[in-house]
Amino acid sequence: MIKFVVFRALYALVVLWLISVVVFSLSRASGDPRNIYLDDYATQEMWDAWGVRMGLDKPIVVQYSIWLGDILVGDFGESLSHKKNPLELIKARIPATFQLAGVAFLFSALVGVPLGVISAVKRGSPADYFARTFALLGQAMPVFWVALMAILIFAVELDWVPTSRRGGPDHYILPAITLGWMPAAGLLRITRGAMLDILDSEYIKLARAKGVRPWKIVWKHALRNAMIAPITLAAIVLASFLTGTIVIESVFAWPGLGTLSIEAIKANDFPVMSAVVMMFGLFFLVTNFFVDLLYMLIDPRVRVA
Amino acid sequence: MINTERASRGVAPSIVFGLWHTLRKYPVLPGFVFFAVIFMALFAPLLAPFEPDSGSIRTRNLPPFWMANASSDHLLGTDPLGRDILSRTIYGARIAVIVAGSVLVAGGIGGTAIGMLAGYKRGWVDELAMRAVDFTLAMPFLLVALTVVIVLGQSMTLIIVLLILFSWDNFARVVRAEALSLTNIAYVEAARVSGASTKRIILRHILPGVFGTVMIVASLRVGQLILIEATLSFLGAGLPKNVPAWGVMVASGQDFLQTAWWVAAIPGMMIFLVVMAFNFLGDWLRDWLDPKLRQQSH
Repeated sequence: MIKFVVFRALYALVVLWLISVVVFSLSRASGDPRNIYLDDYATQEMWDAWGVRMGLDKPIVVQYSIWLGDILVGDFGESLSHKKNPLELIKARIPATFQLAGVAFLFSALVGVPLGVISAVKRGSPADYFARTFALLGQAMPVFWVALMAILIFAVELDWVPTSRRGGPDHYILPAITLGWMPAAGLLRITRGAMLDILDSEYIKLARAKGVRPWKIVWKHALRNAMIAPITLAAIVLASFLTGTIVIESVFAWPGLGTLSIEAIKANDFPVMSAVVMMFGLFFLVTNFFVDLLYMLIDPRVRVA
Repeated sequence: MINTERASRGVAPSIVFGLWHTLRKYPVLPGFVFFAVIFMALFAPLLAPFEPDSGSIRTRNLPPFWMANASSDHLLGTDPLGRDILSRTIYGARIAVIVAGSVLVAGGIGGTAIGMLAGYKRGWVDELAMRAVDFTLAMPFLLVALTVVIVLGQSMTLIIVLLILFSWDNFARVVRAEALSLTNIAYVEAARVSGASTKRIILRHILPGVFGTVMIVASLRVGQLILIEATLSFLGAGLPKNVPAWGVMVASGQDFLQTAWWVAAIPGMMIFLVVMAFNFLGDWLRDWLDPKLRQQSH
């Protein structure tokens, strides 16, 4: 078991290192990296000083180790548009993103899993059709378009909720639902599939035969085993959250990491973007690591393998 | 008289039932959307009533035909620059087909080749290929794409290359699994024993065996590709602003929701319909060709 944990941790580190190699290669892809680390107002002295600091006269491997050393102590250069350390900008934006993603995750789990169970148990019923339509729409509609249409209908026309920006609880309704819909659809489909398989298995038949109450069979005996499937999907759900927050934040003018990266693209702010990529990568791998651990705790077969 | 009446009464429901049955059994509507998109892509210049890029201030923000003050020239209205939305949507189909098509062909061929080689050769080739697949899956694709665009600028070629780099893995993984089991089948062993080269075995004996699977993976992937491309374009990091891609069009209507909602609504609706049609076709093809893949593809 310790071997498994160590192996997964090492794996995450290797992937993170590879992401850093990709980001570094990009910083050199345009020729002189000073083009993307300094703006047009940089003086000749600054230009020369940065050349020495980045070791541009040295071999590329040395340049990489200088760059990596800087990043490990949190130095991503200076944001071109904000004139600040990108990490400070990220720190200021993290709470907004995490709050929104947390609410959206709750929505997707609380809607996706129960709907998946109901749709499997009452197969062919109106509830099943509703659930499957919900999943179908969630996986085919572009997130940005759903968000815009939701603003148009519920904020502009009906005036039930605010159109954008962070604020009280009502500000969370549209962004959280539009962000959580696609992950909810994924969770729903996978829970439904797993429940259908399990409800057909021998031990459920035995439980039925010996007279366990139906709701107990479904929500206790079956769901416990069916939950393994959505947990394996968690990595994909997380990835779709990552993509989703950027889109949703840009549509709703939500002051989080997503809008920070959109601003960075518009201003060609490479230092900020490289920091965002590394932070998102780190976050993604750490959560994946914990998902693996959780998976191991829930499913004993993984521990043995 | 009575007989015909009875007959006609019996016929009508059976036609309705037959139609319903056909619609449920075969993907008629998604198939129609599929062919419509291909048709629009091929004949965009003939079908579009206007040039996609030409507009004038006098025709800006005209509503679509069912609303008041609509112009009979512009059926689906015009955008804030006075360009015809119907024409742009038709040209958008061309862009979507070019992007999704070239990514699928290149990513499909590359991924299939890597998957077959890994499954047949095993050993370090397999190990290397599978680690590369893991790595591709672990990359935060959207963010990397945004960073690449900052450094290299927006272009259609760049987006296609990026999408290829991030869509080969699915093919490689599924094809490898299939190739692993094919390698042990008697006819492949017979070919090896009789001295056929690796190249010949892979192309002649393994490729035909994995072909159906490749088609399924490709069809399940189209919808996702169109969505990713549209998302990147919407964020201003995909196709350049002057290209009439659906994602770009939705973005151009974002700031005009209150005055001209159709500018964002219509191209987005198009993305939704096309992606849904492809998802249906993919599911149908999978069930039809290989029901056992049903479990694996989740």
